[in-house]
Amino acid sequence: MSGRRIFARPARFAAIAPYVWMVLFFLVPFGFVLKISLSQTAIAQPPYEPLFDPTAGWEALKAAFAALSIDNFKLLASDDLYVFAYVRSLTVAATATALLLLIGYPIAYGMARLPRRWQAVAMVLVIVPFWTSFLIRIYAWINILQHDGLLNQILLALHLVSRPVVWLSTDTAMYIGIVYSYLPFMILPLYATLAKMEPVLEEAASDLGAPPWQVFWLVTFPLSLPGVGAGVLLCFIPIVGEFVIPDLLAGSNSLMIGQTLWLEFFTNKDWPVASAAAIVLLVVLLVPLLLYERLQKRQLEQGR
Amino acid sequence: MRKLSRLSRFNIASLAMGLAFLYLPIIILVIYSFNASRLVTVWGGWSLRWYHEFFNDRAMIEAAWMSLRVAVSSATIATLLGTLTAVALSRGEAFRGRTLFSGMLYAPLVMPEVITGLSLLLLFVALNAERGFWTVTIAHTTLTMCFVAVVVQSRLGSLDRSLEEAAMDLGCNPLRAFLAVTLPLIAPAIVAGWMLAFTLSLDDLVIASFTTGPGSATLPIRIYSEVRLGVKPEINAICTLVIGLIAVIIVIASLASKLSSSQGESAAPL
Amino acid sequence: MTDDLPRTDAAADAVGADAYPAAGQPLLRIEGVAKTFGTFRAVDGVSLDIKAGEFFALLGPSGCGKTTLLRMLAGFEAPDEGRILLGGKDIAQALPHERPINMMFQNYALFPHLSVRDNIAFGLKRARLARADIATRVAEMVALVKLEGLEKRKPDQLSGGQRQRVALARALARRPQLLLLDEPLAALDKKLRENTQGELMELQRRLGMTFIIVTHDQEEAMTMASRIGVMKAGKLAQVASPRELYEAPRSRWIAEFVGDINLFEAESKLRDGHRLVIGTSGAGALVVAEPREPVGAGKLSVAIRPEKVKLSRRGPVSEAGHETAINRLDGVIADICYLGGTTTYKVKLDTGGMVQASVANSARLDVDAYSLNQHVVAWFTPDDCVVLTS
Repeated sequence: MSGRRIFARPARFAAIAPYVWMVLFFLVPFGFVLKISLSQTAIAQPPYEPLFDPTAGWEALKAAFAALSIDNFKLLASDDLYVFAYVRSLTVAATATALLLLIGYPIAYGMARLPRRWQAVAMVLVIVPFWTSFLIRIYAWINILQHDGLLNQILLALHLVSRPVVWLSTDTAMYIGIVYSYLPFMILPLYATLAKMEPVLEEAASDLGAPPWQVFWLVTFPLSLPGVGAGVLLCFIPIVGEFVIPDLLAGSNSLMIGQTLWLEFFTNKDWPVASAAAIVLLVVLLVPLLLYERLQKRQLEQGR
Repeated sequence: MRKLSRLSRFNIASLAMGLAFLYLPIIILVIYSFNASRLVTVWGGWSLRWYHEFFNDRAMIEAAWMSLRVAVSSATIATLLGTLTAVALSRGEAFRGRTLFSGMLYAPLVMPEVITGLSLLLLFVALNAERGFWTVTIAHTTLTMCFVAVVVQSRLGSLDRSLEEAAMDLGCNPLRAFLAVTLPLIAPAIVAGWMLAFTLSLDDLVIASFTTGPGSATLPIRIYSEVRLGVKPEINAICTLVIGLIAVIIVIASLASKLSSSQGESAAPL
Repeated sequence: MTDDLPRTDAAADAVGADAYPAAGQPLLRIEGVAKTFGTFRAVDGVSLDIKAGEFFALLGPSGCGKTTLLRMLAGFEAPDEGRILLGGKDIAQALPHERPINMMFQNYALFPHLSVRDNIAFGLKRARLARADIATRVAEMVALVKLEGLEKRKPDQLSGGQRQRVALARALARRPQLLLLDEPLAALDKKLRENTQGELMELQRRLGMTFIIVTHDQEEAMTMASRIGVMKAGKLAQVASPRELYEAPRSRWIAEFVGDINLFEAESKLRDGHRLVIGTSGAGALVVAEPREPVGAGKLSVAIRPEKVKLSRRGPVSEAGHETAINRLDGVIADICYLGGTTTYKVKLDTGGMVQASVANSARLDVDAYSLNQHVVAWFTPDDCVVLTS
């Protein structure tokens, strides 16, 4: 109950421009995706049919509705390629998220236990790579992982292997790339909750007789769960739809859904199927998306 | 009584390894950009050869120029819209469609880029818009304004409301109170938001691929098509330049937040 | 505070002031003001007159609506019902910047990006004063709150006490007709708080200004205010001078909220001339002076402040004819709490109840101290008792 009345009215008008923008360039485009996913494929430019013409009036609208078909979705459900792609996307995302949590948690925990001044430094150090280009970071790994790249050179020099290991175009390379790219997204929310936690709580737990591992499992970890949730969602959702990393680092024999969508769109020029794939991807992600949205809102609007 | 050591050896080890993991690949990339040899395996001494090559690569330079223009304009529009959004959401009273509005805002933060890119392209095709600079700018603005909104909103949320009330108590109308007190205090977050939007735009491959037209490729699109064909030292040079540009931006951002550090808390670059 | 400073006359040139009433005349009139948040009625029909030159305290536990009432005076909340008249003009719906009222915020709300000088000048600039006038006024204010030499500091380079002074100077700079103070000393430690209380009172007297302070600390309200309004659940429970509030609380709740008190539930009531004889559950029959106002219906209790309960080993020396006039309770010491200046004894009465007595430690050596389980007589006069309804 703080001064809301006075600021509220003018502040409301600030929403108009961004609201219109978001409706126009975020919401409306989804309508197009939905509509085109229900259209027939055609060899034309643009390559789909029917094109709804708003000037043609009600009859045309009815005709357009009549022409809608769910063939594309039937295709997606019946073609193993797509089903596999969805399954693979979800398993890759789940595995990568688990890896990220395993690697990110100790780092975030270490950061939270640093002295105050060093915490700020460590946070900047974690964020800075996130500012460098995504593509560059993947490219950096190609440099290292390629046939005569640094990693193989080191392994050979140390006589750990006798022949160069094939790293590129493997799932290992893809997981390295994903973990590398998404690590800050996992660390930051974890660190945020861990840093907020009162160190007194851990001290109280050990004072009450809990050995260090119990202090961690019974106090620290449960209290960091909101951060775990945020980190997991923040990584899982985009990884499911990831395109660049699997495209550059993984083999081409099994595709993720982002890749099939890209392929349908750019190579096969089948926009309706690509749209249908996007819709299905969206439906798959709906639950985590809603969860994430609730989390974000709660975090940002706590101060209200 | 033995004091519990807060920082265990395990903590230090995991931190050090984590940071090494984050930084080594980039450092290696930068070092190899100065390699005189064409072969990545062979160290042929220090050289600026690949930088020279890049500056003579017209297509690459054009793409870089396009990317910079898109990044500056989309970041600027996004900062404006994102700041307005943050103010409306954290200070405005409930309005019709507020839930929808905030939903539209948080979704693009995690939405797979292929979906955002595809949907915007379909819109531009339906509108018969010529694809190029403006379509990419609009697409990037849509994505990055959400990030700006989040950054600014979290600063606004942590701002003591009684500061604005004090300003009004001392004779400011609401708009003046915002300009005289709120705006200077959230300025570091706005600057950070702009930089974030700028780098996100500079970075984006997927959305730009969908929304740009023939003949107006952005730098990531060019790099991507080169990288698909294999490692080229010239790409190392370009990447190093981009990293350098971003490093400069980060330095400016941290200086900006230092300058306004009277808030007691320094704004992190995110 | 130094006395050679020019007396800043709040009345003369308060920003936006028309006619400032003379001291003692009503300045602010609150009429039936109410405010509801959702289903919670934060302020529930409060009416109150504040006279010019008064130091008024709104006292109450947290959540009683005192802060909401203050915020309605400042203009941060609009009342749902009622009027707020300042100098006869209804300002209930006016925006904060349109009111000749300033507020000192609980956490001071100093602008972190502005220096001490710019913080103090902030309101003056909004009032469109000439540059030279602003400089003079700021210098005056800085001297008034003794912040010379710190003008260029930012708020985070100041101590808590200094910040409090900047906040005060900033709120006073516009020479408001009315200064609101929201828990102004809550952030200071005890010693500093006591000094600052004195300084605030002195300042208020010297400037002849009207202060309304909100506090949950009854001692602070008693020390500083000339009149106190006690709030409970959105309503004014009693408005009185500190002394009246303490010695003649209007209800049992107020008596318990303001200071410590012994309470005995009444079971029977008998009139005896100008006295009442009240049978209580814990302390037997007590003789009390007849209350000035007739005692209403409802459950009665007899209240006596601990410092008015005397202890002795053998009981008071009875004067002839006054034996019945003194309440005499036998018991044993059950608990001793040494507080430095005073010692509080808890006496377990033979009649079953418990009575607290606060005894001044007037001698350094403990010659007159009582020990645990010692038999004592607790006694007090009928005039020291108050009859309360719950």
